[in-house]
Amino acid sequence: MQPRIEPDSTTGTIDIEQIRQDFPALHQQVRDKPLTYLDNAATSQKPKQVIEALSRYYSYQNSNIHRGVYYLSEQATAAYEAARVKAQRFLNAANPAEVVFVRGTTEAINLVASSYGRLVLQPGDEVVISAMEHHSNIVPWQLLCESVGANLRVAPIDTSGMLIIPEYEKLLGPRVKIVALVHVSNSLGTINDVRRLVGLAKEQSAVVLIDGAQAAPHMPIDVQDIGCDFYTVSGHKMYGPTGIGVLYGRIELLETMPPYQGGGEMIRSVTFEKTTYAPPPAKFEAGTPHIAGAIGMGVAIDYLEQLGWDFVHEQERVLLEYALERLATVPGLQIIGSAESRASVISFTVDGIHAHDIGTIVDQEGVAIRTGHHCTQPIMDFFGVPATARASFAFYNTVEEVDTLTKALMEAREVFGR
Amino acid sequence: MEMRDLYQQVILDHNRSPRNFREIEDADHVAHGDNPLCGDKIKVYVKLNGDVIEDVSFHGSGCAISQSSASLMTIAVMGKSIAEAEQLFHRFHGMVTADADQPARRKELGKLAAFAGVREFPARVKCANLAWHTLHAALCEHAEPVSTE
Repeated sequence: MQPRIEPDSTTGTIDIEQIRQDFPALHQQVRDKPLTYLDNAATSQKPKQVIEALSRYYSYQNSNIHRGVYYLSEQATAAYEAARVKAQRFLNAANPAEVVFVRGTTEAINLVASSYGRLVLQPGDEVVISAMEHHSNIVPWQLLCESVGANLRVAPIDTSGMLIIPEYEKLLGPRVKIVALVHVSNSLGTINDVRRLVGLAKEQSAVVLIDGAQAAPHMPIDVQDIGCDFYTVSGHKMYGPTGIGVLYGRIELLETMPPYQGGGEMIRSVTFEKTTYAPPPAKFEAGTPHIAGAIGMGVAIDYLEQLGWDFVHEQERVLLEYALERLATVPGLQIIGSAESRASVISFTVDGIHAHDIGTIVDQEGVAIRTGHHCTQPIMDFFGVPATARASFAFYNTVEEVDTLTKALMEAREVFGR
Repeated sequence: MEMRDLYQQVILDHNRSPRNFREIEDADHVAHGDNPLCGDKIKVYVKLNGDVIEDVSFHGSGCAISQSSASLMTIAVMGKSIAEAEQLFHRFHGMVTADADQPARRKELGKLAAFAGVREFPARVKCANLAWHTLHAALCEHAEPVSTE
């Protein structure tokens, strides 16, 4: 069967080979084969602009921030705070004080659950999540509900991997204080209409957190338009460093919330009798932060904005369509999740071959895909599969790499005598 | 490393039609094992006659390596004493972990030697070991489920 989409790696005026030159990790041999990196939903590769920014920081700017009166510290502080403003612009937050640097989405959600959750939740109150959440948007709420005697309610999904909105609406009763939903599912690729989902939750005056870890690499984010109270992103999934991420929080909420961790940086004054806290975001940034990481994340944001969302969107759309079409040619392959609106993430199973075996065999061809439950065990249970294989594409992937994956999957079938 | 060195015919065969894949209703010992990274789950049943493994079986789901390893394990330890089974586990474990393999002793492992290729795939060693760890737990009467993590 001939592919409907021409295997042409160029989109518009941007040359994909030129873009790939920015990513050193893509140009290496693994197991004597060129690396085909299709695990971008786990973590993306980094452009040299980001890598060089980290090196430059440690080589020439390294100093602690917000306390030195000397030149180097002033430079580092300015770079760190400039990164905050970049993140503010990236999320379209109203105020840079609404941008809290954290380790990543996991820490951001734990921060909200521990600080805001414990502040407002009473026994018998409810927290609503969806059935397609990552474990990081399940477990912190479970811990919170257990400790305060609240109830965790789960909005179901249908077999296409989309949230069943009428069921979600039914859960939104007067006891619901917090709603926490994923923007883009990491295992199904489903893009939720978060603006609408937030609107429905707001009718019950619930506070809403959106887990944007998988959305930020694929689409522009506007927290004011979405209308959420909290939004979380991880730097490493959007071409930035690991160990850095952002919690966006509405300033009115951040101001009322107690600190998450105590220490330096987050105080106004300390005596043994009484400590007063700095205003947000410093209140939530105890200790020396990941300064280099924040600067690197700022450079990743610059990089994405220079590429432009039109390019990212078009390139990923072509890859997704082509991959869906090519994978359908592999006998016995089933794609898990078929939401109308989806990101460039494809989970699949192959009859008679466990995902883990698929992962090992395609790895011999240099193809890196994720296999397992993708930290979404409830989704695996829902679809009745122990595990899936997952290919996730970034703008720097090519249709030729889709062909390499398809060929490797055919070889897996051959090894298994299928 | 060729894929067929890892996925040998005997492994594919036992994956497709696992032996002793059943419950033992009057088992003396039952243990659960799981590999949280890949979602492999296994339950091992043992019926003893004194010190001897009179019957052994398993149930569960997982990759070809974990399923075939469980199947071949049940055959290898059937009718053996607990001490002999533990010794086999020890040798098997040594073979699939790169640092303790003694090729000269693989003969003693019989068909289990098919898993020698696993040592080249560090991420898959726990798949091969899962059934054995679970059997070990069953024989030791561990109350907690076994985890490879």
